[in-house]
Amino acid sequence: MAGNILSISQPRFRVQPLSETDIQRIHEATLHVIEHVGVRFPSPRALELWQAHGAQVDLHTSTVRAPAALIEKALRSAPPTFTLAARDPQQDLPLDGDHVFVGTDGCGVEVLDLESGQRRRSCLQDVADIARTADALEEIGFHWVPVSAQDRPAHTRSLHELCAIWGNSSKHVQTESIVTAHEAHAAVRLAEMVAGGPLALRQRPILSIMQCTASPLAQDGGSLEAALVAAEAGLPVGFMTMASAGSTAPATPAGTLVVGNAEVISALALMQLAFPGAPVFYAAAQTAMDMRTGGYTGGGPEDFLFGAASNQLADFYHVPLSMGSFATGAKLPDWQAGVENSLSTFMACASMADMLLGVGLLHGSRIWSYEQMLLDCEIFAIIRRVLQGIRVDEDSLALETIAAVGPSSHYLAQKHTRQNMRSLWMNRFFDRRPYDTWEALRDGPPDFARAKARQILASHQPQGMDERLSAELGDFLSYLDAEEPA
Amino acid sequence: MSTDIFQAMAQSVIDGEKEEAARLARQAVTDGIDPLVAIDQGFVAGMRYVGEQYTLGEMFLPDLVLAAEAMKAAIAELEPEMARRGTARQVLGTVVIGTVEGDIHDIGKTLVGTLLSANGFKVYDLGVNVPLQTFLDKALEVNADIIGLSTLLTTTMINQRKFVQALEAAGVRSRFKVLVGGAPVTRSWAAEIGADGYSEDASGAVQAAIQLMQGG
Ligand code: B1M
Repeated sequence: MAGNILSISQPRFRVQPLSETDIQRIHEATLHVIEHVGVRFPSPRALELWQAHGAQVDLHTSTVRAPAALIEKALRSAPPTFTLAARDPQQDLPLDGDHVFVGTDGCGVEVLDLESGQRRRSCLQDVADIARTADALEEIGFHWVPVSAQDRPAHTRSLHELCAIWGNSSKHVQTESIVTAHEAHAAVRLAEMVAGGPLALRQRPILSIMQCTASPLAQDGGSLEAALVAAEAGLPVGFMTMASAGSTAPATPAGTLVVGNAEVISALALMQLAFPGAPVFYAAAQTAMDMRTGGYTGGGPEDFLFGAASNQLADFYHVPLSMGSFATGAKLPDWQAGVENSLSTFMACASMADMLLGVGLLHGSRIWSYEQMLLDCEIFAIIRRVLQGIRVDEDSLALETIAAVGPSSHYLAQKHTRQNMRSLWMNRFFDRRPYDTWEALRDGPPDFARAKARQILASHQPQGMDERLSAELGDFLSYLDAEEPA
Repeated sequence: MSTDIFQAMAQSVIDGEKEEAARLARQAVTDGIDPLVAIDQGFVAGMRYVGEQYTLGEMFLPDLVLAAEAMKAAIAELEPEMARRGTARQVLGTVVIGTVEGDIHDIGKTLVGTLLSANGFKVYDLGVNVPLQTFLDKALEVNADIIGLSTLLTTTMINQRKFVQALEAAGVRSRFKVLVGGAPVTRSWAAEIGADGYSEDASGAVQAAIQLMQGG
């Protein structure tokens, strides 16, 4: 059984890089861009919807120019809060503006093998093993598809991945690897089987879906159509901008926010036009390009600012935010990974992003590392403690105890100490041993994390799925495998 | 006077001023300067400088892209005159490049294309989500030396293999060199599918393309 999910709630302080005027200006600039520059929606279904609602549509370039009033009105029908349901209702995640939940990162293509340490192509068993590990970790609230099941056919891969996660964890699953309507239909069908029918799924969406926008100012047709299928079934749907300052967005952070915001809110507005009241969320992972190589950096001061600013925007639109944090270009769980993942996650947490993506990937979301996964969870635990702030009340001022101890002496033998010591943070992975101990072993945090991951995989038993249900899912997958790729 | 105009040409490329580069190219034609000389002693000199500074880390990618755009604008102005004189610019080779069908990742492919053209290749960039047949049609049309397939998705990598197979099926495999790349693509994948070249990044792609032209 998985334990309680740890979240950040009621933080004692917040970080807000944008002023109210800043937000208003970004909002107005965004509406201007959507109305006058336009956003590409290369999907016949999407274009029809826009046309039916009075937007100006250029069918030749698939560009939509929508008046500000249409966007604002559509966004108003989005529910400000909703719950991501889990197979185990104890693990439901309320996206109510007062919780920060962490997920695993997604779609890596390689894995640092937990036994050999070697880098290798990812496969379905990795998806299952990572899901099982995540199931045991209290810091993890939900799953993304962590790596790709490259040993399964391309046209059904995303569905095998889903079932592997359900089979190994009772927590909520958010998929980011479905990019066609065809796959989305199948995923909804599978989710209905797990949830107990279409109505049950709508009431308790155990699956949500995340799509990417295609910066600058465009959407992907397949992703849009997949999102519409999911929204119709009542699954929460999000759109993530990955605008990169300098390459797919202006080189100024404010300009990058505008471009990304235009992509995300236009996509969310479309979902609302199609299905008013459908649960939707804002998602973002903006970055700044590496000016020397053009590389996608995913980790640097601008990213950290985007992490907090995006939440201010999502709050402005009254929708939950899923924020890309824990993003690092590091090749190993090292200093760089520690700096990037701590600061990005701190900024996103201190602004109360609802969902954080995600733990475990290195090298620009390409290589899975169990060590990094556990170290990232520890980063979250540290930040969680920081945001609990400093309680100031009679008990915490400890006047009686201070008087009892007096000058000099110590607090080790005080009842007050014993009563409060467990609220101090407990270290799991920092190396605080004597130097000699270290020198004899020459190991460190990644080694401690690896040992813990091995222990989890050797012992953790997730809340299993009904055998008949597993068999049904398997049958449906086999049927889909045999279909001609669309 | 000539040296002045050549210097101005180089400078227009260094500054990434497309309009200025085009204006100088038109002036060269009016002044009766041989377009090949204008390119070599003027624009290419600027491009070479930018390339060096970029390698040294002094200039950034946008400098390089703007320089390449200025260079392209100048050459476009000079092309009719070259045709009139019956001369042609020496290019290292002709490349058709794009991101394969099913994949819309744009930046890496665009970078590779830009660096190839900055380094003397003639590049036809077909964009993203490109059907395999379109690569082949274009390559035949422009008599390409190299066909470059980019992909960032594990689900679309398979299209690189399909393309090599399609070339074989069409009986034209030996006419083109196939260069592959993209985030999940590795040297061993390139070897497995029988591609001719691979690189992990854009400067490596230029080296790989040069090698392919030398028959390597
Ligand atoms: C011909 O010869 C050659 C030779 C060398 C070649 C070459 C060709 N092509 C490239 N190279 C090489 O040289 C280039 C220059 O140095 C390099 O090119 P790169 O493209 O690698 O480098 C660029 C300069 C910068 N890099 C990039 O621009 C890519 C960065 C990452 C983060 C990325 C981005 C930015 C995007 N993405 Co996407 N994206 C990721 C990427 C993760 C990563 N770190 O690579 C990756 C590739 N994406 C992924 C995914 C899943 C997706 N993305 C999607 C969309 C997008 C955006 C549109 C948001 C955006 C691209 C914006 C744009 N205009 O291009 C979706 C795809 C939709 C579709 N049908 O294509 C979507 C499916 C997500 C979704 N649910 O919507 C993952 C693929 C995983 C997998 N298992 O296949 C991914 C690894 C991230 C992740 N972990 O999830 C080299 O690879």
